[in-house]
Amino acid sequence: MSERASVPKEDEDAESETEQEPVTTGAQSVIRALENAGTDYVFGVQGGAIMPVYDALYDSDINHVTMAHEQGASHAADAYGIVTGDPGVCFATSGPGATNLVTGIADANMDSDPVIALTGQVPTEFVGNDAFQETDTVGITQPITKESYFAADSDTVGDNVSEAFALADAGRQGPTLVDLPKDVTQGETEVEPGKPETPDTYDVPEEADDANVQEAAEALSEADRPVILSGGGVIKANASSALREFAKEYEIPVITTMPGIGSFPEDHELSLEWAGMHGTGYANMAITNTDCMLAIGTRFDDRLTGGVDSFAPDADIIHVDIDPAEISKNIYADYPLIGDAREVLRQLFDAMPRAPDADEWREQCQEWKSEYPMTYEMPEDEPLKPQYVVETFSDLTPDDTIVCTGVGQHQMWASQFWEYTEPRTWVSSHGLGTMGYGVPAAIGAKLAAPDQEVVCFDGDGSFLMTVQGLSVAVREQLDITYVVLNNEAVGMVRQWQDGFYEGRRMASEYPWIPQFDKLAEAFGARGFTLESYENVEETIQEARDYDGPSVIDAHIDPGENVFPMVPSGGDNGLFALEEDHLDQL
Amino acid sequence: MPGPAPDERMRPKGRRNTQGIRVDPEAEVTHEPRQAVLSALVKHRPGVLSEVSALFSRRQFNIESLTVGPTVDEDTARMTILIEEPEPGIDQAKKQLRKLVPVVSVRELEGESVRRELALVKVSGEKPDDVNAVADMYDGQAVDASTDSVTVEITGSKQKIDAAVEAFKQFDVQEIVRTGAAALERGPKTLEKDV
Ligand SMILES: Cc1ncc(C[n+]2csc(CCOP(=O)(O)OP(=O)(O)O)c2C)c(N)n1
Ligand SMILES: [Mg+2]
Repeated sequence: MSERASVPKEDEDAESETEQEPVTTGAQSVIRALENAGTDYVFGVQGGAIMPVYDALYDSDINHVTMAHEQGASHAADAYGIVTGDPGVCFATSGPGATNLVTGIADANMDSDPVIALTGQVPTEFVGNDAFQETDTVGITQPITKESYFAADSDTVGDNVSEAFALADAGRQGPTLVDLPKDVTQGETEVEPGKPETPDTYDVPEEADDANVQEAAEALSEADRPVILSGGGVIKANASSALREFAKEYEIPVITTMPGIGSFPEDHELSLEWAGMHGTGYANMAITNTDCMLAIGTRFDDRLTGGVDSFAPDADIIHVDIDPAEISKNIYADYPLIGDAREVLRQLFDAMPRAPDADEWREQCQEWKSEYPMTYEMPEDEPLKPQYVVETFSDLTPDDTIVCTGVGQHQMWASQFWEYTEPRTWVSSHGLGTMGYGVPAAIGAKLAAPDQEVVCFDGDGSFLMTVQGLSVAVREQLDITYVVLNNEAVGMVRQWQDGFYEGRRMASEYPWIPQFDKLAEAFGARGFTLESYENVEETIQEARDYDGPSVIDAHIDPGENVFPMVPSGGDNGLFALEEDHLDQL
Repeated sequence: MPGPAPDERMRPKGRRNTQGIRVDPEAEVTHEPRQAVLSALVKHRPGVLSEVSALFSRRQFNIESLTVGPTVDEDTARMTILIEEPEPGIDQAKKQLRKLVPVVSVRELEGESVRRELALVKVSGEKPDDVNAVADMYDGQAVDASTDSVTVEITGSKQKIDAAVEAFKQFDVQEIVRTGAAALERGPKTLEKDV
């Protein structure tokens, strides 16, 4: 069971007890495999090569959400996977349908989000002939999935889907794909799909080696300056409560990575929030000066580490990961613990001989918190500050509110100035950094958690990339509040140009952008505009109260930049707090 | 934002190298590349070869040769991969390879493993006796001859084949094909069973 902030009650329909009709075609076997795996929703777009599968879906209880673009289908499935913890499912036809899914699949792969993509393919006899709408989907997606399957036979296509589903979910989660030639799905078969089981070559480690755990626990308990670095894997493994127990029992300060946001409550004394390029000053000070780091479910991405030469250079690293290939990939692990984060945290909990003697260090961390507070200035006579919009929204909403984002400055403000306390409430594109993620992700998140409030902070640039998804939110009557932090620019790029390219603003400022409130209304959503501090709270409330999708076009200070900042490849401990510091580095 | 400027902050003493390993802050450290022979059992099915070779290229592993062929079990094939990488790169290559779903097992063969390559060398047919004499020196044999050309087959270690190819240059080499290494561990150890 996943650690969601609130889990909706199961529909007690006797659905599962009704006799299932035997399958007669490959397509029916595909759908049966999804039903057996417990699929509630599929996100997709119709098309020639996938039509047999859709035809079989006609008779199924699985809900289908027709998306406006296949990229949206893969992002919605991704967000669905993040929020529920179970694989999100997306469908597309061959050729352009499949290639449109690719960005979302790559995104899921980078963030280890469970997604299964089913793509139509031209009939087997045409494969290789450059037939109409043929692309080598398996070839294109093999490097960005855990595995891509080419379904060769109507009798085994159901098994392919069952296995792909299980594989997406197992161990380190991630995307899988099954390419479905039309003759295979249309072909007759009476073979029911097998149980969702991972391939026999795929090992899923559970507990870590006891002796290694013992050594690691001893090292940690002897540390003077211990920290825990909690990554996205903690959330994926439903290990947030185990983490909380561990950190509180042994009083070890907790830093999260960006994907790890929500694994530890940011309002807790031990929380230093998140580290990395735009992380808090205190997290970056602690991560730089620690002498022993318990890193769990993180792949030490370069946006987190900065230059590896200066990353936690005094620290013994205890690295807990379910994927052995992550151990010592970017940062050498002195104590590698291969296993499931929740299991290993329990093992460590029991193995700790004592709590580290770290009063001074904890005081130091608190001192850094007061030295480098996350604050901003907001002169009344100047344009609206984005941080204020995020903070105000955060204060008005319950703890289990889900926040989705696009990619850019707005994403950083949404992660810095919203207070996260629950796992699976932060839904963003980290590893791939995909502009356009927000609009469809919010759709997937809302359907995954209909009882939780869903907010999407988007940038004007990101919003324009997937704005067509609003039509879906309107049709499906999804109560989502989109806030466009509108700086009339691809602001993150503009910030880098000002910092590192002598202010030469090539292709980063929009000479003209649409009125997003009117655009929203044209789609059938509610539109609002924010121009000043006056009515921020009121407008947010109105948008929240509206029962359906709404868009707040918040005109923010176009000159606002994101700080603290560690320049790419830089030293985390030398984060800049203002533009001038960048020149000193 | 408030707070002490970068140059006024507490600083750690240590340093890591480019591989993320903690090192002496004063000393320069580099890991020298070495050659490793990886042997992998893989599911015998379409696409496996491209999956493996794509992995090596996208992760920038320096690969010298890759051979693949059937085993006694018709469902599995065996790949022999020669890479040249520093220690951490070899370790990564093994782990990434093992992560691919069709890969059943991976092992680095120890230094003294049996390694063989095969080469076919087509040279001018003008001096067939001399060609045969050189072939003999390398335990090779002529496998095809015409008035204009002789094709010689040689098997052995990479060094031996390098030397043979060098020697054949005196006969005007017209074409060469080499297989890359196939390798097995000495003694009773196999990929399926660790002894
Ligand atoms: C699909 C895609 N294209 C380009 C980029 C490069 N990029 C990173 S941030 C950014 C600016 C995003 O602009 P906007 O959505 O308005 O956000 P802002 O930074 O202004 O808040 C760009 C262009 C990207 N991350 N993704
Ligand atoms: Mg913008």
